[in-house]
Amino acid sequence: MSARLLVRALRDPDEVAALDADGWNALIAMARAERLIGTLALRIGERPVPPAVGAILADARLDAAREARQALWEADRAAEALAGLDVPVVLLKGTAYAAAGLRAGQGRFIGDLDILVPRDAMDRVERALIGAGWEWVKDDPYDDAYYRRWMHELPPMIHAARDRMIDVHHTVLPLTARQTPDAAAMIAQAVPLTNELSMLSPEDRLCHAAAHLLADGDLAGGLRNLWDIYCLLDGVDGTALEARAAHHGLLSHVRQARRLAMALYGEGRDEGARLTLRDRIVKARLLARDGWGRERRGLLRFAFYLRSHWLRMPPAMLARHLFTKWRKGHRPV
Amino acid sequence: MNHALTLKIGPATFRIGSAWRQPVDALARLYADYPMPAGAIADFTVRLEPAGPFRRWFRPSIFITGDHGLADAAPMSLAHGLLAAEMGMNLQMALGWRRHLLLHASSVEKDGRALVMTGESGSGKSTLAAQLGERGWRLMGDEFALLDLETGAIFPFPRLVSLKNRAIGVLAAEAPAERMGPLLAGTAKGDIRHLIPRREAIGRMAEGAPPALLLFPRFGHEADVRPVGQGEVFMRLTQASTNYVALGEAGFAALSDFVRNVPARAIDFPSGDEAIALVERLWEELA
Repeated sequence: MSARLLVRALRDPDEVAALDADGWNALIAMARAERLIGTLALRIGERPVPPAVGAILADARLDAAREARQALWEADRAAEALAGLDVPVVLLKGTAYAAAGLRAGQGRFIGDLDILVPRDAMDRVERALIGAGWEWVKDDPYDDAYYRRWMHELPPMIHAARDRMIDVHHTVLPLTARQTPDAAAMIAQAVPLTNELSMLSPEDRLCHAAAHLLADGDLAGGLRNLWDIYCLLDGVDGTALEARAAHHGLLSHVRQARRLAMALYGEGRDEGARLTLRDRIVKARLLARDGWGRERRGLLRFAFYLRSHWLRMPPAMLARHLFTKWRKGHRPV
Repeated sequence: MNHALTLKIGPATFRIGSAWRQPVDALARLYADYPMPAGAIADFTVRLEPAGPFRRWFRPSIFITGDHGLADAAPMSLAHGLLAAEMGMNLQMALGWRRHLLLHASSVEKDGRALVMTGESGSGKSTLAAQLGERGWRLMGDEFALLDLETGAIFPFPRLVSLKNRAIGVLAAEAPAERMGPLLAGTAKGDIRHLIPRREAIGRMAEGAPPALLLFPRFGHEADVRPVGQGEVFMRLTQASTNYVALGEAGFAALSDFVRNVPARAIDFPSGDEAIALVERLWEELA
């Protein structure tokens, strides 16, 4: 069994009418593991389901509503902390989708608060957040130095009283990645949400989501990110998107993300249509989840884990980094 | 997974999968009187997985996970597989249950009203509830009391009672041997032996009762009874709840009502027999 069951239920929620108890158990376990249970609950909506499922989906809807409420409150607190700096603050990912009421935000699990600020304002932003009660999570000097020198974000901080994390980005990919998206242009084109907060333009939202899914990380939890992309594609002009993606050096990533999103979630489409060999490998990785919620295809996942590091760093740097982490006792699982 | 079992405890249905036969067999034996609706839709999936690539066969070691899991959970020996399954179910409830306010408390019922006892591990709340359950009370649960968000009633979660160390001998002297599980020696919490609740307690596991008394027991001190202010009760119960924050306003309203309506006392006791006499006396006076 693969996560195709989950993909089909999201694509066409009417299909769940045919599920038996085993099918429901598998679907719920997968959706929870992929953090898509809230999205699934909202997609299924008022369709008739067995009472045991109805209760689970009602719980998921309540959790999703709380997620959104908490996320917006965190954004409000960050806006308050940064209000005096006169720095543009751009909300990213789940919090932005929830704040703007986008379809991608409906039922979405929202973990940390992600914000984008200009790189030359990072020091001031950091001081203001620490002054407002956020503190460092990582106490390892190597990790801290690594983040500051090579990453696209500050080391993660957590709020001492509210126990919520914030990731402060100055661009959308690590500085060591091969692509260098134009973060200044993203901030310049951002769309206002409130007096203090804004979000990326529709095209930049897709560029960011595609970069996050395909140029960074090992695709763990990728079905959720791909669902974001599918929802964000709705209403975006294809030509404007291609031009923007090309400007950021992300054209191939955005195209691949679009092919995969339409192949998996697009309504009335043949799943295999017009996918390249590479697309099919990514798709196999995305679907590597069984009816108990376990990850499958260990070798393929390990290959993507290696790839995520390869994408992030030139070879000599990668070797040095892995050696340092190894000495500290870190082992890939 | 290779071995699986579906089990209903109180309002929650668990689908438990295991890489090994032993934990599932142990569950099937000890939970024989509980509903096992094969093929039912489960609220939670629990997985007992090998803790590493070769750990199914070589020094078998269990990683407990499921719908909800902790990345840094310590692996457990297969010899303690029954305990691992129990911990897996508790983990799902603690992290995932949303249909009641979950209180880390034991509870028993008499004459249609519930006594709730909360306290840290080692306070004696579990042992006390198990003993009361052998002496005319209905055991509702030794670990979680479920506070209904609408009616304020306490609902049972009567899983196996987990007896630790000295409590094992105390209950083995009262309960018949066929209701005692195997001795699990040398776990992270010491020796553990499970007690199957009486058949009546299992049969009535869907039946709630309005709470009439809240106690904060403390074992190992001179006998004493102290009043506890409502503010302190509220704070201690928020700390004893794993889903208070997740439930938001509904949890706040239910807990406020509970604190306003239910008399509370802290009790100290040097021995089980004195504790039971004390509880019976307070129940007569206050409940």
